[in-house]
Amino acid sequence: MSRPLLQFEQIVKSFFGVPVLHGITFDVPAGQTLGLVGENGAGKSTLMNVLGGVLSTDTGSMHKDGAAYVPLSPRDAERVGISFIHQELNLFPSLSIAENLFLTCNPGRWGWIRRSVQHAEAEKLLQRVGLNVAPGMAVDRLSLGERQLVEIAKALNHQSKLVIFDEPTTSLSETETRRLFDLIDSLHRQGIAIIYISHALEDVRRLCDRVVVLRDGRVVGDGPISQFDTHRMVNLMVGREVDQLFPAQNLRTRGEPLFVANGLSQPGVVHEIDLTLHRGEVVGIAGLMGSGRTELARILFGLDEHSEGSISLNGEDITGRTVRERIAKGMAFVTESRRDDGLFLQNSIDENLVAVAAAGYGSSGLGWLNHSRLAQESERISQAVHVKKTVDRRQPVCTLSGGNQQKIVLGKWLLNDPQVLILDDPTRGIDVGAKLEIYAMIGQLASRGSAILVISSELDELIGLCDRILVMSRGEIRDGMNRDEFDRERILHAALHAGLEPSTTHDDSALNGEGVGDLGSSSGGVK
Amino acid sequence: MSSRAALLLLLRQSPLILFVAVLAIFAGLSDRFLEPRNLINIVIQSSSITIAAIGMTFVLLTAGVDLSVGSVMFLSVAVAGKLLISGHPLWLALLAAIGIGALVGFINGMMIARWKLIAFIATLGTLFVVRGLGLWLTKTRAMNLPDRVTELGASSWLGIPMPVWFMLTIAIASHAFLTRTVWGRHIYAIGDDLQAARKAGVRVERLLLLVYVVCGVCAAISGWVALTQTGAVSPSFGQQREFSAIAAAVLGGTSLFGGRGNVFPGAIFGAVMFQTVENGLVIVNADPYLYPLILSAIIFLAVLLDTTQSQLVRRWNRRPIRAAQ
Repeated sequence: MSRPLLQFEQIVKSFFGVPVLHGITFDVPAGQTLGLVGENGAGKSTLMNVLGGVLSTDTGSMHKDGAAYVPLSPRDAERVGISFIHQELNLFPSLSIAENLFLTCNPGRWGWIRRSVQHAEAEKLLQRVGLNVAPGMAVDRLSLGERQLVEIAKALNHQSKLVIFDEPTTSLSETETRRLFDLIDSLHRQGIAIIYISHALEDVRRLCDRVVVLRDGRVVGDGPISQFDTHRMVNLMVGREVDQLFPAQNLRTRGEPLFVANGLSQPGVVHEIDLTLHRGEVVGIAGLMGSGRTELARILFGLDEHSEGSISLNGEDITGRTVRERIAKGMAFVTESRRDDGLFLQNSIDENLVAVAAAGYGSSGLGWLNHSRLAQESERISQAVHVKKTVDRRQPVCTLSGGNQQKIVLGKWLLNDPQVLILDDPTRGIDVGAKLEIYAMIGQLASRGSAILVISSELDELIGLCDRILVMSRGEIRDGMNRDEFDRERILHAALHAGLEPSTTHDDSALNGEGVGDLGSSSGGVK
Repeated sequence: MSSRAALLLLLRQSPLILFVAVLAIFAGLSDRFLEPRNLINIVIQSSSITIAAIGMTFVLLTAGVDLSVGSVMFLSVAVAGKLLISGHPLWLALLAAIGIGALVGFINGMMIARWKLIAFIATLGTLFVVRGLGLWLTKTRAMNLPDRVTELGASSWLGIPMPVWFMLTIAIASHAFLTRTVWGRHIYAIGDDLQAARKAGVRVERLLLLVYVVCGVCAAISGWVALTQTGAVSPSFGQQREFSAIAAAVLGGTSLFGGRGNVFPGAIFGAVMFQTVENGLVIVNADPYLYPLILSAIIFLAVLLDTTQSQLVRRWNRRPIRAAQ
């Protein structure tokens, strides 16, 4: 192999002063299938966004075929033959398959579409990806797996030399996954280089020639796939000590069950979820993005429906109650996306803090707010959540840092004195100081007898914070363990375990959290 | 899954079901309604509103809206009428009307595509400004036009009445444009996902400008066709026709959320249905005060069904976390 197709050299990228990539260096030779693995937040997506022209690098450079490659937009990547198959597909459902394939490169003249030519061309591409449907069919009639094949056909049309697959199998059926893998093999035989990003390590082993492991924005492992069994990949992905960031657990005692969910199911979302939160307990949910953890939280809070199962709070059945009623009974929910769902960005800190509790501050039956009392309460809470004293509480929330915004979200619920608090990725994108304070608040609330459910992508956070951890994958709770049993590898295995639809033996070994070697070898049977 | 598909199919066909229901009701109420003469009459009468609805379809496909259609109809026929009264030829008057439609459409398009104003607000503004101009130009007096105007409206060629010729020409041209040209397909792509279309290299601004110009031109021609049928320009000419146009497009299955809809059968079908209801109400001697109530009830029903369908589709298209059993 003479010259690599693509080279990353010392790629560094920071967001708001927080470094995400610390000098990534590796090559992609022409025609190689490269697996890129790492935990959430290891920097895989950032690196691929740099490659795709979505983000620019701070320092470092990329070379394509030996020439400097500085993409300014996704179009630049397309132009040099780099295509992305994202989890979220970029197809237009109103248009036909053929029209999607040739959206901006029409074979006809004067903008007139020669449908017969277009369909014939599309037919050829569809044959190469093994999709046997009429090119004139509208994309919105295709399944997700079929749409993905159309995306791949689009990449072939652009004569791509490098195709990046980002978690391509997460919502495919088993048959669709098999077909995708056959197709990736055939792309490989045609000499197209592939970067395959996945949490399904068995799939990586099945497909790739070589693997690159990222952790905390650094390359921590790189070599031929034969040197990396699943065990070694997981070790490299994890390999880190837990910091002393977390409040002591011994201040709280586990009380009686407070919040109980029984057999919650919603087709296509979650399956048979049993969950009990006790007073004074912090329970964590681990799982990858797309494992159903956020959807479960929304169901528990009453934002989304579920078809089976029941939920009770304090012994009272609250199944089917509205969000409003659940809030009145003491539930609170800190959403994953504070900017979209958690805050009124243009409103003041005060107004945001009292948004939930406002109902309790009417001076009479007329619904006028008692402003002086509100101001006092808001003062108390903003001190409690350590919003900086220098900040004017009348300023709009959008002027605050992410950490302070999140504290406002939390404060808003604290004002309501929640019995059950659900937090979805509460520390995402905020600095260490704010994290510490949020952990402390969670600890305080638990020691006062509330039950808390924390969803997080960061295992360290869950391990440090929680009394008990449940692991979700594919909409099910796959494993659960108490504090003395916490084991990073066991959690990761339960979370990662679904590559191809598991065979039964495979399923069992993951559920029981058995040895790592079992998992690696059992993947052999799935091929 | 199959019951979902059936429900979706039913909702997608709801305009047709609605139309059949309307026909059945009026046929039951009056013997004269289904007579060929009356049916032909409905088609002729619906030419003007069909043309406006076709223009509106272009705009709706991009998830926009044009509220200035009625005012554009008024201003363009006011100018055309002035020219005709002072003895200018028909073709010049028509050209002037089209020019005014294109100009107002261009202004709408610039505000929306270039300056990113919300379509609803921008065209609400032109609604008032353009009608104001027309009222100023006509001094709020009605104009009666020379007979050659209504003679044109009553004439026919190859057995097909002139209004229908206008309608067919525009329908065929715009249908071909929307279904068979790159720009036409790009309009759909914009309606599906504007940001994604921009990323894919679609010239979003240019096409948004284009759809408002097309809508303005169609409004002007729609006004012209109505003018050849009535022979007079009153200060209320074209008033609220934008709502008839939107209603016709939506009745024909065009989505207010963009990306879905067509000229044939959509806009044509919707406009004919709209006219059918009006015609039917006249034939059964309904109280004229009930017309707007009944028409708006039907429009409300159509929009409700469209919204229901969009919501269902969005919900069902959510990515599943696990395969449903």
